[in-house]
Amino acid sequence: MSETNRENVKNSGEDSQGSAQAPVPGVAKPSIPAAAHAKPAAAAARPAAKPAAPAEVLPEPRLNNGRGRLLGSARLWPTEVWPNPWARPSFVRGAYWLAGIVAGVLLLGWSVGEISVWANLAYDWAMNLLRLRQVPELWAQGAWSAVKVVVVFHLVALAPLFLVWWERKISAHMQSRLGPMYVGGFHGWAQTIADGIKLMLKEDVSPRAADAWIHLLAPIVAAAPAVLAFAPVYFGSGLTAADIDIGVLYIFAVSGMTVIGIVMAGWGSGNKFSLLGGLRAGAQLVSYELPRTFSVIPVILLVGSLNLTAINDFQSGYWLGFIPRWFIFYPVMGQIAFVIFLIASVAETNRIPFDIPEAESELVAGFHTEYSGMKFSLFFFAEYAYVFLSSALVATFFLGGGNAPLPFLRIWPSWLWFFAKTGLIAFCFLWFRWTFPRFRVDRLMDFNWKFLLPWSFANIAFGAVYLFL
Amino acid sequence: MTTNPAPAPAATAAPEMKTDQMFINMGPQHPSTHGVLRMGLTVEGEKIVRAEPDVGYLHRGSEKLSEVRGYHHCVVLTDRWDYISSMMNNLVFCMAAERLMKIEVPERADDLRTVMCEFNRIASHLLFFGTYGIDIGAFTPFLYAFREREMVLDLFEMVCGARMTFNYIRLGGVMKDLPDPWCGKAKEFLEHFKPRLKEYDDLLSFNPIFLDRTQTVGKVPKDQAVNWGLSGPNLRASGVGYDVRKFAPYASYRKADFEVVVGKDGSCWDRYYCRVREMAQSVRIIEQILDQLKPGPVQGRGVAKVPKPPPGEAYAHIESSRGDLGIYLVSDGGFSPYRMHVRAPSFINLALLQESLVGLKVADVIAVLGSIDIVLGEVDR
Repeated sequence: MSETNRENVKNSGEDSQGSAQAPVPGVAKPSIPAAAHAKPAAAAARPAAKPAAPAEVLPEPRLNNGRGRLLGSARLWPTEVWPNPWARPSFVRGAYWLAGIVAGVLLLGWSVGEISVWANLAYDWAMNLLRLRQVPELWAQGAWSAVKVVVVFHLVALAPLFLVWWERKISAHMQSRLGPMYVGGFHGWAQTIADGIKLMLKEDVSPRAADAWIHLLAPIVAAAPAVLAFAPVYFGSGLTAADIDIGVLYIFAVSGMTVIGIVMAGWGSGNKFSLLGGLRAGAQLVSYELPRTFSVIPVILLVGSLNLTAINDFQSGYWLGFIPRWFIFYPVMGQIAFVIFLIASVAETNRIPFDIPEAESELVAGFHTEYSGMKFSLFFFAEYAYVFLSSALVATFFLGGGNAPLPFLRIWPSWLWFFAKTGLIAFCFLWFRWTFPRFRVDRLMDFNWKFLLPWSFANIAFGAVYLFL
Repeated sequence: MTTNPAPAPAATAAPEMKTDQMFINMGPQHPSTHGVLRMGLTVEGEKIVRAEPDVGYLHRGSEKLSEVRGYHHCVVLTDRWDYISSMMNNLVFCMAAERLMKIEVPERADDLRTVMCEFNRIASHLLFFGTYGIDIGAFTPFLYAFREREMVLDLFEMVCGARMTFNYIRLGGVMKDLPDPWCGKAKEFLEHFKPRLKEYDDLLSFNPIFLDRTQTVGKVPKDQAVNWGLSGPNLRASGVGYDVRKFAPYASYRKADFEVVVGKDGSCWDRYYCRVREMAQSVRIIEQILDQLKPGPVQGRGVAKVPKPPPGEAYAHIESSRGDLGIYLVSDGGFSPYRMHVRAPSFINLALLQESLVGLKVADVIAVLGSIDIVLGEVDR
């Protein structure tokens, strides 16, 4: 009896505390007789326990520290941070880091110089070695080509990794947040790698309604051209994997093949949202190929070659000693071509404001709704590889490729200038994405066929005028 | 409701193009149906032929639940309808219950209720602003809006400890008086917030792509808006200046000088921009009320712990962030309401969809659906 009595006392003590904090729902039930199910002993013990926890003694709930700062969180308001950001040590530290990185890259570029010089040394050394070992010339050249393929492939594979991280950091800072901060230590630099590993370890799911073969092949068909298209890309003086004479045509032709993979994904997923996304992508990519290609034609007219190295070399030198002879500085023709090419490139890479094939708010995820794990990451990889490719092409066609903007800046090598310009254009891609809303599908087509395409035709005429000057 | 035009006469002899209709289930799990709304869309290519909104996936029976709970507990239930603007739900229930019980609310409590409701309107419209940007494809405005919304929620947390389901407005007054630094923090926020509205306009409101997506879509003429029973910003965007705060002032709205924001043609953009401009009006109201806030009690006298109002009925309605939110309460003299009915503006505004979506594109569905700003918690209750 005493046991149960003690229990009852404890229970009723809790009860009375509960009713002191009346706002807590479910604990205090003044309207429902609380002791209805309790034994008579409990009801008897109740009044005895009441004085143990009088309601007056309970402290007032404290919600803030008296200065308006919440106790539950140490969040700073923008009004506390914005007036003087330099007062925050993390801000100063970040500025130092940024300055250090820029200085480090400049120092690296200055000390390394042209990579092609080192590459030629390595080529001569390797060829001499192989010749001494009496390896046939064909094999030796084949081995050297394989080395080039491996290097370019790694560049193409690593650029998306970096771009994704960069995009996340840039978008985060544009949106007044931090982005990835933990993985890898320094500002989450390894976040993309960790994500990639996660995607590789994921189960390979394919829906029952999907056409298994098409579903499987689609990401491969979409991603393979993204790598192949990099073969003739000019990365700096002498740094081209395959210096072919039809470079521009090759790049446009190969990168145009991705649309097949996307339509396959839309068709083969067995999902209506995917189907809509795939068909939208087909229409969009095929349409935007046209102004994109036509906008480059004036450049090709002037250079007289489809070779990217030739296009780059044509833009070396300066007018009046300080205006670089880049195509973007050709009055009228250069600017129109640049803008059309940039817009069409954003559309080709399916990014906002032209991301209607994967419009999240309408089509869930568009053509890759039913993809996960490694298959999804191939689409993802293809998108970012194309962002890199488009930026590289803009840099080569219009921003002078590896040419320095001012004569005295030629102390830094061409590959550094090339990557700086590519990074600048890639930044524009990211910037557009996090600023603009999305077009509607019919307006997108109008914009292409009624605006971009006529102007790109007109621009060919403008470019032709230069031939007679 | 057949919307297909009559088939062309055979005399044209044009080869008939065979098109297939496709049925798309948009929702209940879809990124932009704002909750668990299901839309059965019949499409021809990208064009909508038929649209059927289907509700009921979030039904929790809170009207029925209120019939077995005391009046104090019903306030807790109200938090869960329109969880984006809980303060207003609290207020409308308390107003109806106070009318039943004939309780006088002290002036300071009325002022605090007004301030909290307007802060909540800002928070709610900010959420709308952000999510509507996402619906149209712009992601960044969302985080800008949330940055400011966090500050409003911090203010709520300071005053009542909760950030979402506040349960702050109680029968006969409010739960607690303001903590000391609250008014200063609130003014700090308002000063911070006013220039932000300009920023939002620069970022989203007048973006050409955004205008292109929203200004021509989903127009609701004045008479149709009235016929459909729209209320709140959706009605005002069509050019009908109906606002409960002006036409049947409650709490302390009589003290404040503010404008009723009215749109022109009821397009998606008008509905959007009405809300953005309403935030500026809310700031005005809060500033005026805070300036004339007088000390005093915040709880009215005569609120029983177990209120048993005399048999009767009462109706109260307020201007919630979604529209004209009303509560009809019937008491039979017992400890819980005999019947509670909610006039939920979200549910009534939803009726707009079925007719206005026909003929639009798939992308416009999201633009229209987002612009009427429904909260499924309130639609289904």
